[in-house]
Amino acid sequence: MISPRYHREVPQRYRLEAGKCKQCGHISFPPRLVCPKCKTKSFETVQLSREGKILTFTIIRVGPDKFSKETPYVVAIIELNDGVRLTAQVADCDVNKVEIGAEVKMIFRKIQDEGKSGLHCYGYKAVLV
Amino acid sequence: MLNVERSEIPIYGEMKSRFAGRDVAVIGVGMTKFGELWKKSLRDIFVEASLQAIENSGVDHIDSMYVGTMSGGLFVGQEHIGAVMADYLGVAPVPATRVESACASGGAAFRQAYFEVASGQSEIVLAGGVEKMTDGADVTDALATAADQEYEVYNGITFPGLYAMIARAHMHQYKTTREQLAHVAVKNHKNGSMNPNAQFRSPVTLEQVMKATMVADPLRLLDCSPVSDGGAAVIVCSVDYAKQLKKPYVKVVASAQASDTIALHSRESLTALKCVSVAAEKAYKQAGLKPTDINFAEVHDCFTIAEIVVTEDLGFFEKGKGGAAAENGSTSIGGKIPINTSGGLKSKGHPVGATGVAQIIECYEQLTGNAGERQVKNAKYGLTQNMGGSGASCVIHILEAV
Repeated sequence: MISPRYHREVPQRYRLEAGKCKQCGHISFPPRLVCPKCKTKSFETVQLSREGKILTFTIIRVGPDKFSKETPYVVAIIELNDGVRLTAQVADCDVNKVEIGAEVKMIFRKIQDEGKSGLHCYGYKAVLV
Repeated sequence: MLNVERSEIPIYGEMKSRFAGRDVAVIGVGMTKFGELWKKSLRDIFVEASLQAIENSGVDHIDSMYVGTMSGGLFVGQEHIGAVMADYLGVAPVPATRVESACASGGAAFRQAYFEVASGQSEIVLAGGVEKMTDGADVTDALATAADQEYEVYNGITFPGLYAMIARAHMHQYKTTREQLAHVAVKNHKNGSMNPNAQFRSPVTLEQVMKATMVADPLRLLDCSPVSDGGAAVIVCSVDYAKQLKKPYVKVVASAQASDTIALHSRESLTALKCVSVAAEKAYKQAGLKPTDINFAEVHDCFTIAEIVVTEDLGFFEKGKGGAAAENGSTSIGGKIPINTSGGLKSKGHPVGATGVAQIIECYEQLTGNAGERQVKNAKYGLTQNMGGSGASCVIHILEAV
């Protein structure tokens, strides 16, 4: 991943920054230029809630090359307390103990490495609470 | 344009009761065997399918062509696919355009051919699809480009993983069982065993599916469509022209398409595919038909759960009953509505860009009475449903026997 592309996503991935529509209040994560609900183009930056619950999940047994050393690992769709949904790994858990409805909090973690000499890429993962 | 009142914004495109253009026919079809075609290149595969289609249709030329390919660039490092294929098919200088909508590229290419003929702009258009997936590219990475690279794939999800999350949500909400998912694979392999062009012509048992290697819980290896090479092509012309050719043809009575959020997590529902229900509603309206009028359908079973959700969202079964329908034989040949008589993506194979066109071919074979052992009796209407990504795009066509 070339660094400008990585750098552009840092506010979202490191700090969970989102765009809250000034007209209808809908929160878009990541931020967008057009509100998908009311189509207006005016936003304020907000930080997402760090707590939420698991809506659905899978245990990746056969992973992409970048993640193949980490299998099995859990990826879930999480609904945060402010209603925003995102896809994240569930870290530090017994993969067989994850359940729909489980409460999680979001933490800052390394997500992947860009080869042996490239960037360390960071972002958010969830942990069970 | 976007600063209008919410109430003035159509939720999706204009719904015309019937497209005002000319009636359109599919007159000739051709496809390669799907599978690991080590000796054939991307262009060989496309040309083989296209030559068959041209020969079967009886046309002496084509006016233009569309090629559906998901990713010639990632799979074999070749873009500018339209020009490559026109060159090697020997039809240059006709206009040739590559069409891409991830796994729905083939359906989208066919739709462009349909529009070009319906509008009167061209008389004879070739619609083809092709993919070469076994030339050494990282297929998992290439396919993952159909999902949200920055907010899904970055975090380690795979395509089986995305559909596994749909499966788990569906099992949670509707009590769909693991066995019901397996029944989809068993049925499609049985159908594929009767299709000479299928990649896997071997039936599988429920037990084999239930014990296959776990890929992404709850989906196992035999819930997943395979990595395939293959090409498919059809000749599209006006119904008036088709009559002059005196070859078997079928009529296209609906062509509809819809899109949804690229990321699965942004969808309104994790157990329904809105792109499917929206496109289906438009297609039924265009054709003046109801789901119960459809005699059989080719649907996008990239994973077993996809067939279950799609058959619900096409209106064939009540929401939540798709799994039971697969289990009780409603979707088998001879059942209420046979689904994926060709073997589907699961058994016939899924050379991504070719899939949507191959679905049209199965409809053509069924509606012209040439489906052999897997023939659906007295079929008048066949439906094809081709889907991109985890359901961010969907193309639906309805074909009618004449």
